[in-house]
Amino acid sequence: MQQLIGDLMRTFDLAQSPLRELNEELHRQTDGSNQPQWEIVNPRGGHAIAVGLDAPVKVDIRGSVGYYCAGMNKKASVTVHGSAGPGVAENMMSGRVVIKGDASQYAGATGRGGLLVIEGNASSRCGISMKGIDIVVKGNIGHMSAFMAQSGHLVVLGDAGDALGDSIYEAQLFVRGKVKSLGADCIEKEMRPEHQEALTKLLADAGIKDAKASEFRRYGSARKLYNFNIDNADAY
Amino acid sequence: MCGIVGLFLKNPKMEPQLGQLLSGMLSTMCERGPDSAGFAVYGSGTEGRTKITLQSATAAEDFAKLKAALAKDKKLDAQLTTRDTHAVLSVPSDKLDEVLATLSADFPSIRIMATGENIEIYKEVGYPTEVAKRFDLSHMSGSHAIGHTRMATESAVTTLGAHPFSTGADECLVHNGSLSNHNSLRRELIRDGMKFNTENDTEVAASYLTWRMKQGLNLGEALEKSLDDLDGFFNFVVGTKEGFGVVRDPIACKPAVMAETDDYVAFGSEYRALAGLPGIDKAKVWEPEPSTVYFWQR
Repeated sequence: MQQLIGDLMRTFDLAQSPLRELNEELHRQTDGSNQPQWEIVNPRGGHAIAVGLDAPVKVDIRGSVGYYCAGMNKKASVTVHGSAGPGVAENMMSGRVVIKGDASQYAGATGRGGLLVIEGNASSRCGISMKGIDIVVKGNIGHMSAFMAQSGHLVVLGDAGDALGDSIYEAQLFVRGKVKSLGADCIEKEMRPEHQEALTKLLADAGIKDAKASEFRRYGSARKLYNFNIDNADAY
Repeated sequence: MCGIVGLFLKNPKMEPQLGQLLSGMLSTMCERGPDSAGFAVYGSGTEGRTKITLQSATAAEDFAKLKAALAKDKKLDAQLTTRDTHAVLSVPSDKLDEVLATLSADFPSIRIMATGENIEIYKEVGYPTEVAKRFDLSHMSGSHAIGHTRMATESAVTTLGAHPFSTGADECLVHNGSLSNHNSLRRELIRDGMKFNTENDTEVAASYLTWRMKQGLNLGEALEKSLDDLDGFFNFVVGTKEGFGVVRDPIACKPAVMAETDDYVAFGSEYRALAGLPGIDKAKVWEPEPSTVYFWQR
């Protein structure tokens, strides 16, 4: 059952109506949509909620979600008022996804654009193979985060787990806390004015006021793994 | 894939609801493991008596025959309670070895699922909600329980291949993942006197923990050791008479989420399994860290 609350907000109860109906309705929204605000109640850890959106709608999910929430998101602004399961905002293209709680493994994986904000902790493989997405995590991130990250930014206000940025390409990583270990070909890099500026903007976009760009260290690629080195042939 | 659910009650007042709550949790994990399902329930026990959970593919016939045999032996003081393909045989603990020997000699089609003062294990091939219904899980009570829904990868879909596995008194283990060194480890454990019923990788993990605990380690310490000796993917949830433990391998690709309140500790492969628990909105909910042993004991 859906109810109209005011003129703009529409509430969808996943305890009453199936997920497929919700996602179909959300997919029907267009740029000039007259239904710009959505509230989803009773998600109860369900999978693939608000996946594949392609319109500038605002979606608030009241509770925790399971696998692949807000995957492939384009233009939409999705807020999860709870925690998210594996693969939140996977392959996001644009728009904004905010998780008020924690996110499970591979948050923002392969994302190509947009902003993903995780207000709690993210577990392993956060931003794996990211390709242009910006990810801001207020808490800590787990091991193997930004593995093979190609472009975009990963900002972590807390600590990073083992093997950060393993086999990284050109993504930029900023960590305020401790890094347990760096992965292969990932090194600490100089924080130049243009990095300070980019980071300051990202923190502002994520609504973070209690952290300064100067408190972070930058990590990125040593660019030693880009091409096969014949001297390493014996290793295979 | 596979699904795991576990519930350890801290508040004894909730014990009558244990089966009902676990049944609800298990029903959310059906698509993670539609092949077979099983659960271990730590229920009431009597000091000095041991419960033997039995299973048979020809249950009606076997259990009737067993009942008749028990009726003849008045001195034994045994009680048999049947539930579908399973039955719980309660015997004085000092007669356990004798009873097990008789069962093995005279009832070759009866299999032993578990032994212990409190533990009962039920598992069968079939859709998890159907399996739970067959054994009337929702009316069981107890202090803690562990359930599993199986999508088979390493060995056949059979009753014995279903989880939980028990290889020691009041001990059980369920597993999501796959072990890669189970064959070599099984050979080592066999050399050290451990017995195996299947080709299943999880049985090796259960046996490994039992073997470690026989060396004097507690469950928490045995789980720590498993991180060094087991190779592969695993989330384990284990039960002992008084304890409940969780461990994830270092790679931690198998999903896990936990919740704790003043009343209980709960484990689920996904949050869906926890969503129906009382007070979940106020619970501490977190993803267990890799290579970290979590262990509760009453």
